[in-house]
Amino acid sequence: MGRVEGKVALVTGAARGQGRSHAIRLAQEGADIIAVDIADHIPLVEYPSPTQEDLDETVRQVEALDRRILARKADVRDREALAAVIDEGVAEFGHLDIVVGNAGVCTIQDWEHVTPEIWDLTISTNLYGVFNTVQLSARHLIEAGGGSIVLTSSAAGIKGLPFLVPYVASKHGVVGLMRAFATELAEYNIRVNTIHPTGVDTPMGGMASSYPPLLEAHPKLGAMLQNMLPIEITQPIDQSNAVLFLASDEARYITSTELTVDAGNTQF
Amino acid sequence: MAGRVEGKVAFITGAARGQGRSHAVRLAQEGADIIAVDIAESLPGMDRYYHGATEEDLAETVRQVEALDRRIVASKADVRDFDELKAALDEGVAQLGHVDIVSANAGVFAFGDKTQDVSDEEWDLVNDINSKGVWHTAKAAIPHLIEQGTGGSIILTSSTAGLKGTPNVAAYTASKHAVVGIMRTLALELAPYSIRVNSVHPTGVATDMILNEATFRLFMPDREHPTQEEAAEVFATTNALPIPWVEPIDISNAVLFLASDESRYVTGLELKVDAGYTIK
Repeated sequence: MGRVEGKVALVTGAARGQGRSHAIRLAQEGADIIAVDIADHIPLVEYPSPTQEDLDETVRQVEALDRRILARKADVRDREALAAVIDEGVAEFGHLDIVVGNAGVCTIQDWEHVTPEIWDLTISTNLYGVFNTVQLSARHLIEAGGGSIVLTSSAAGIKGLPFLVPYVASKHGVVGLMRAFATELAEYNIRVNTIHPTGVDTPMGGMASSYPPLLEAHPKLGAMLQNMLPIEITQPIDQSNAVLFLASDEARYITSTELTVDAGNTQF
Repeated sequence: MAGRVEGKVAFITGAARGQGRSHAVRLAQEGADIIAVDIAESLPGMDRYYHGATEEDLAETVRQVEALDRRIVASKADVRDFDELKAALDEGVAQLGHVDIVSANAGVFAFGDKTQDVSDEEWDLVNDINSKGVWHTAKAAIPHLIEQGTGGSIILTSSTAGLKGTPNVAAYTASKHAVVGIMRTLALELAPYSIRVNSVHPTGVATDMILNEATFRLFMPDREHPTQEEAAEVFATTNALPIPWVEPIDISNAVLFLASDESRYVTGLELKVDAGYTIK
């Protein structure tokens, strides 16, 4: 018996990286998956954009576990498209129990080089996109009699990190969304929590080539990126295990918690 | 399928009953052997609140762990007595080979007086067990964990009262805030050894500690003999989720997550299992 046996989970940003890992981990423990990803070119980011092939690979890996998956290209900023996928998934699988608001973008630059375009991309994806994800799925969770919403924030959602102004702002905003939704949805037995990764070994996490020149110019700030545990980077599975715990009934009375999976980064 | 803490050994204080027993059983279900300690006797000064754990309680924990085909070394020990506690742990490590998980769970709950009316005796009793006892527990275990060189997970039981104030519960609230300070400091000191340190923060848990008439009266001071059903209604108003209290298993599942390698990079975390108590 899996730890989320018979549940249905919506995962945004599911084409690769943490999102794919969440989909697979939840499927391993018995969940069916509604997978959403932009799977298209994202301007302004340094790392390669996710592709349709990436999303297809997530489908392949979930189906290899004998779980069902409905995967659709959709931009979390596009409410109509997102709502259509969620509704289609619920129609297909019958209910929705778990929501993982994982889709996000990140760019590295010092404060002077944040353009309005970078600001808008980051806030609209990481904050408005998460708001859309929660708002458009909450009614389905209410109909299911309760549920678990897990939002991906960051160590940068708890403390400032250098050269990430819009990202830090958006990830702090995710904590605000989590707290606000947790209060309003508690009466429906819906729990809302955040996870706070430190660096994760994914296409986004591997983009650190912008950092060295900035850290060379501002050497004091490099220490803020250090982990307290003796590791450089976490793996997607570490984040997925936290998501799984929060998604499962093992955490049935955990709500409005910021679960750090940060190797102690925020303790520095 | 391998258990989630297969092959590990867990040191648990306050293991005779309540949350401690539940932690022992839950970890054993997932493959851990157990070193259990409990004072297992009545505490003068606490009897007016609720009755103490007994040797029979501790024997029942042993029975339940052994029924899962796991090994358990159980001793009577007082967390306030470092030498006694260390001897119990060392004996457990000698028999079971190592220690990987530490659950500093032993605690007492005293309440009802305005802060200015709490006696020195009660203040010392509560803080000696809940705060100094947690420090003793870590102090006894840390040399083993460092010497083994295989990391480890230390889980300190704090409370919602470790995160926010609770009127007329001063000594307990202070002691549970102190646990957070111990956790944060140890997390920093022990990270280079890959030893993780986290705290759990339960709301009310359905154990003898709160399911008693004295605790019910804390919430309903006007009632001489409040019932559990009446208490449930009042307790439910303290949580955001529509429940009066959580069950020991809910705390144990959080302890299990923190004890397992699933949380291998989680440290310095205050993990609330509080049904939204602290957001109200």
